[in-house]
Order: sequence, then structure tokens, then C-alpha cells
Amino acid sequence: MKVLVPVKRVIDYNVKVRVKADGSGVDLANVKMSMNPFDEIAVEEAIRLKEKGIATEIVVVSIGVKQAQETLRTALAMGADRAILIEAAADVHTDIEPLAVAKLLAGVVKEEGPGLVLCGKQAIDNDMNATGQMLSALLGWSQATFASELAVSGDAATVTREVDGGLQTITVKMPAIVTVDLRLNEPRYASLPNIMKAKAKPLATKTPADYGVDVAPRLSVVKTVEPAGRKAGVKVSSIEELIAKLKDEAGVI
Amino acid sequence: MIRDAEILGGLVETVRRFVRERLVPAEALVEETNAIPPAIIDEMRALGLFGLSIPEAYGGLGLTMEEEVMVALELGYTSAAFRSVIGTNNGIGSQGIIVDGTEAQKAHWLPRMASGEVIGSFALTEPDVGSDAGSVRTTARREGDHYILNGTKRYITNAPVADVFTLMARTGEAGPGGVTAFLVAADSPGLSLGPPDRKMGQRGTKTCDVILRECRVPADAVIGGVEGQGFKTAMKVLNRGRLHIAAVCVGQAQRLCDEAVGFARSRVQFGKPIAEHQLVQAMLADCATETYAGLCMVTDAARRFDAGERIVQQAASCKLFCSEMAGRVADRALQVHGGAGYMQDYPVEHFYRDVRLFRLYEGTSQIQQIIIAREMCAQR
Repeated sequence: MKVLVPVKRVIDYNVKVRVKADGSGVDLANVKMSMNPFDEIAVEEAIRLKEKGIATEIVVVSIGVKQAQETLRTALAMGADRAILIEAAADVHTDIEPLAVAKLLAGVVKEEGPGLVLCGKQAIDNDMNATGQMLSALLGWSQATFASELAVSGDAATVTREVDGGLQTITVKMPAIVTVDLRLNEPRYASLPNIMKAKAKPLATKTPADYGVDVAPRLSVVKTVEPAGRKAGVKVSSIEELIAKLKDEAGVI
Repeated sequence: MIRDAEILGGLVETVRRFVRERLVPAEALVEETNAIPPAIIDEMRALGLFGLSIPEAYGGLGLTMEEEVMVALELGYTSAAFRSVIGTNNGIGSQGIIVDGTEAQKAHWLPRMASGEVIGSFALTEPDVGSDAGSVRTTARREGDHYILNGTKRYITNAPVADVFTLMARTGEAGPGGVTAFLVAADSPGLSLGPPDRKMGQRGTKTCDVILRECRVPADAVIGGVEGQGFKTAMKVLNRGRLHIAAVCVGQAQRLCDEAVGFARSRVQFGKPIAEHQLVQAMLADCATETYAGLCMVTDAARRFDAGERIVQQAASCKLFCSEMAGRVADRALQVHGGAGYMQDYPVEHFYRDVRLFRLYEGTSQIQQIIIAREMCAQR
């Protein structure tokens, strides 16, 4: 079975995000970028499926600027077999919206014919949490979101989902889209010898036109603001006062 | 020389992430237990860190000196004990075989050193032989197709975990010309280990004596197969290692800068962070400037090495400056911390003790000065 893993190049999770002066978005010039952590978990899961003999080939795909090549190389160094870059933007500040990404991925799926698509549940930059679900709708495939456990056997996948207040286990028919959550696995570091070998692995470059998809934005950003600073706390002089404040002012008890 | 900037970028980034996500958080544990968790050593093995400088033909990464320096800068950012685990396989424990070994010796040891399956170690120092490295007293006498070794080797890094030693012993006349380099397997009959050394710092590193009593090794254990070349081999090994150590010192200095800045920005005295007090700023500025000077030196020397230049003097200058510089930076970084810096709750306390070793091993600062002056005055 072939597994397709979409990976997104996002601002590194360690970087302190700064809003551009005009409020049109986040400043990405000369900022460290990395693979979306949830996508890294998806790549790791695909590699584990291959190590178990369930997956036979892992194809990673990234949609965005040319520099997303580095993200694909990281996935190849971890253990993916081949990569597809769909160059859909020239400016690092251009974010391709989930619907366009899902349409492009649907095109890749039709071309590649994977038995499973493993995606991160969301990207940590815009937190849309939409691409996997949209892809499932476009293809008419089963979907299982927020996976914290995954077992594939025959033409079905058993997925444990992290839902509000607990876990839910479902079985879906293959082919399927599974979006992965934080606790599914702990991704490996690509070994140094594999990083050196990754450059020799195939990386195909495509454009949205190859799939007949218009990536023009449907949404417009009204404004972007930094989160409000935390207000100073207050000191209380007695437990009675604390309880009174929790009851009357905070309304939590 | 950087062969492929994109590949090296990925490599350095991975090492940086590994250091910051896995090693830095384990520093306190290593300090407390005086041991590196085996799980971390396994991760280092899986990552391929044992084979950085071993040629690709023998399963290593075959990094150029400049590339190796960039990786060493990252590894130097955490407790030196972690670097020490892979230090001998990438340096003194493997270089003797790489530079002077026979094809059979390379094929036998290097692939397993690159994978980390085998740990190599370097045994030159003795109870009475330190800076005067040519006066080795350990003896090796030929008996048929074997050599019989007798003597004691001191402060041998990674000896407690080593599988093979690059060991210097006397086969001929007095002086450097009578020294031969042997590859002595740790399970050779007659080889035993002393108790672990109790050191000032670099807790978690393993050192001890290696004792040879009528220790039998096969005749083909002579590196390169020729007697009397041992001193030259040892000097070649130490020459390359100097740039690696210098880069580690710069990494340590960089970490100390970051620790000092982090503390200075959060510690408030006289109503403002101490980072806003000029006398503290002076200490921070001196730390950063000297660290940068060390970085420039070691990068330049590594490029020259890769270009095939003779860099004996530059390598000694790098080792001298960077090790002494790391000591000064550690001293200032501790001073910035005030009384807190003297407490084991802050990393700066053990870094201060750790960096002291860099001025001593693989050639003291004074030996580096002698090498530099000798090179300066030599007629060429």
C-alpha cells in the first residue's frame, strides 16, 4: 500500500511570532521555518507502517513556496521514499488556503493512487484544521480525525480519536484520510547518514496548473493582532476573600 | 570546505535540535548521577554521531574539517560529557587508524566505530609521561608473532567502555623514534582497568588507568605495520583533534553567553534588570566578542586545513586561544550570576568546572605555545 503524507512548511514552533506593522499578517522574513509538528508525526507514522510491512512506499507532498523543498528533504531524510513539491506561491507570506490545498491533494491522490493519506490534524501557523476533512469530502473517502492510535489491517483502519472529554475508537473503510494528533507517536530524528542520502531521493516539482486548480484566495484577512498581554494579578489577604472573589467576580464557584 | 550547503544545513540543524531537545534537558541528571543515560547513548548511535569524521567508504559521514567544526560547535553547546561519548571515535580513538593504519586495520575497526558498535580510545599519557610524549615508558617486546606489552596508561578517556585502544609503547631506542602505535583490543590477555578517575568536572565522562601486565597482542596490531612510527602517528592525530576541541570550546562559550544573558535579563537589582547595568554589560560584551573571535579563528583554520595548507601553528593557536577563552567566558558568566553562579542550581556552575579541562588535555596551553613559537621560528 502506498501512503501519501502532505507536509507543510510553517514558522518554527520555537520562534516568537511577530505581527507585521500593517497588521496584514505575521512577519516571516528571515524567520526560522520547519515542518509542521503534526505533519512530522504523520511522516513518522507512515515510516512505522512501512517498517511493519504494511506500507510499501511513502510519498510526501508539500504545497507552497520553493523553499518547502527543505521540508520535503527533512521528510525524505526521516524515511519517505519520494517527494512532490507543488510550487504555488512565490512570496513566503502567501498562505495557500485549505480548500485549494485539498483540491491539489485530490489531484495528487488521483495520480498516485495511495491507499491511505496521513495528514497532520492542523498546521500550527493558521490552525485551520480543515484540509484533511475537505480532502475526504472531495474524494468521498472515509475520514478519521485526531488520531492517537492507528492500526491498519486488510481494508480497514482502526483509529482511536482524541475527542473532548475522552477517546473514541472507530473503524473506517480504506482508502481513508487519517489526520493525526500529538500523542500518536514521537517522531524520530533523521539520522545524519540519511540526511546526506536524502538529496539523492527523487523530488518532482509541479504547479497548481498541472492539476487544474486555482489557488487564488477566497478569504481576506481583515486584521492580525498580537494576543493581549496578561493583566497583573491581585493579592488577597484571606481565604475568605479568595472564595468571595472566585464566587462573585470570577464566577467559577 | 562545505561540499553541499543544503545538506550540511540539514545536518547541523538536526544536531542542534537533538542537543537542545534531548541533551540540554538531561544535563542536570548527568551532573547528579555522573553517568550518561544509556538511552541517550543509543540515540546518539542511531543519529550517526559516532562516525562524523570516519570516511564514507568505512560507513562514516566523512565530514570535511569545516563541516566537522560546524557540528562540533553545536555539540559544544551542552555538557562536555555528551561530546566525550563520541569524541574518541571521531578523534583520537580512530584517527590513528585513518591516517596511518593498514587497509586490513581500517576494514576491521572503522565501520564498527562509525556505527558506534565499537568504542575506540587513545592511550598515550602515563604516570610519568605527559607533555613529554616522546618519553613513553610502556614497553613492547616481540615474541614470535606477538608483542608483549608492559606498563600503565593514565587518564584514558572512555577506557571503561572502550573496545580498542590506540596505544603507544616503546619498541626501540629512547626518545620519540622508539615509540610504536598498537591497536590493543580491550579483551587482550593481560589488560586490566583501574578504578574510575574522580575528576573536578565533566561529570559523566569515563576515564581510568589502563594497566598492561605481560599483555599479548598479535604482531599485526602495529598501526601501519611499521615499528617506530608511533610518535608521528600520535602527533598527526592530536593535530587534527585540536580544531575539533577548539570548536567545542567555542560552543561552550556560546552556551555560557546565552546563560549569562538569560540570567542578566531576568535578574532585577536597583530597580532594573542587571542587563541594563553597564558593568554587567561590559562582561557580556567581552564574552560575546571573545566567543566570536574564537569562532572566526577555528572556521578559518578549518578552511585552510581542507585546502591542504600546513596548519600546525594555526591549529595550536586555535586550541590555545579557544580553551583559554572558554575559561575567561565561564568566569565572567559566573560573575554575572553573582552568588547564584556558585550554586549547583545553575548550569554555569558545572560549565565553569568543565571548561578547565580544555586547557589541559590533548596538549596543555603551554605545549600549544611551544608549538606555535617553534613553527614561527622554523626556517622554511
